[in-house]
Amino acid sequence: MRSDWPLYEVFVRGKRGLNHVHVGSLHAADDEMALHHARDLYTRRNEGVSIWVVKAADITASSPDEKDPFFAPSADKVYRHPTFYDIPDDVPHM
Amino acid sequence: MVFDNAYEAITEENDSRWAFGTGFTDPLEGVDTSVPSGVDAGELEAYCLMLGDDALVFSHRLQEWCTNAPELEDEVAIANIALDLLGQARLLLARAGERGEDSYAFFRGEHEFRNVRLAELPHGDFGELIAALLVFSTWRLALLRRLTESRDPVLAAIAAKGVKEVTYHRDYAAQWTVRLGDGTDHSRERMAAGLATGWPYVDELFTPHEIEVSLAASGVAVNPAESRAEFDEVLAQVLRAATLDVPEVPGIPGVSGRTGRDGVHTESMGYLLAELQSVARADPEATW
Repeated sequence: MRSDWPLYEVFVRGKRGLNHVHVGSLHAADDEMALHHARDLYTRRNEGVSIWVVKAADITASSPDEKDPFFAPSADKVYRHPTFYDIPDDVPHM
Repeated sequence: MVFDNAYEAITEENDSRWAFGTGFTDPLEGVDTSVPSGVDAGELEAYCLMLGDDALVFSHRLQEWCTNAPELEDEVAIANIALDLLGQARLLLARAGERGEDSYAFFRGEHEFRNVRLAELPHGDFGELIAALLVFSTWRLALLRRLTESRDPVLAAIAAKGVKEVTYHRDYAAQWTVRLGDGTDHSRERMAAGLATGWPYVDELFTPHEIEVSLAASGVAVNPAESRAEFDEVLAQVLRAATLDVPEVPGIPGVSGRTGRDGVHTESMGYLLAELQSVARADPEATW
């Protein structure tokens, strides 16, 4: 059956913090149903404590054609990275 | 969970650091599983079978929607609900007695199943499914909430786990009831027809069996008649939001007053059990 419900993108935040992470997409008739579907589809294995859903059509994304002017200039700016500090061994996720 | 520093919570030794975690919990952890004093083991067995069979049989009906749901997303939602109920059934049948959950599920005859007839009603359309799920989960939630106070700590723990699950089931059904009832003329008609199909089996849900009465008196079980007012209130609220009327259809009485709780079922029950039990009966020694 072909669905004419709009596409939603789903973001889930894990129980130990960090950020909301994109986990996938789904179809739903409205925002509320999208949230419920996201709960059923993407938190079945105890993955999350918080869900965001957003209509895919509402996302403005960068285009592959603009890859070079968008991202290439940052590749040679080593001074922008915090590589000149000593990081303690027990600090993860840097 | 308390840690000496913020990073300890997300180190290798700590399972809970996983953003997409495992973190399983055993609902019966630390619970005294001996039969409470003064409780008749036979009555406790019968009561566990009643609540367990409700969940097992309705779960089977929900499983029949796998590959048949109107949308992929709802198929997963319905399967989740079926799995929740199957989990409740396993705990309750295991509590019923030494015979074991598989033996109860696969090697009892139709007359030995004590589920209410609403749980076994044949696979209908989506409106019938949502109506049955709304009625079943509203009734069961009211019952499980009261059962969390049971004098049997195992039943209380199973009920506490179930309350969280069935709250969501009821919410899912209520959302669809409102969506269909307050939708198009066609969806409204189908939702109303679904309610009318299941409604004749509502009175049975609140008619206590003598074992429920006896165990309720000793604080182990719940007398389902107590939650009728709560059920009526919730249904009225949902149906009002759905712009639907509470159905006025007469109940279908049992045979000489005997219904599902007495092992007297509708015609479709035999077919359901034939499918549910066929594999286990074809190869009783099989393990998997």
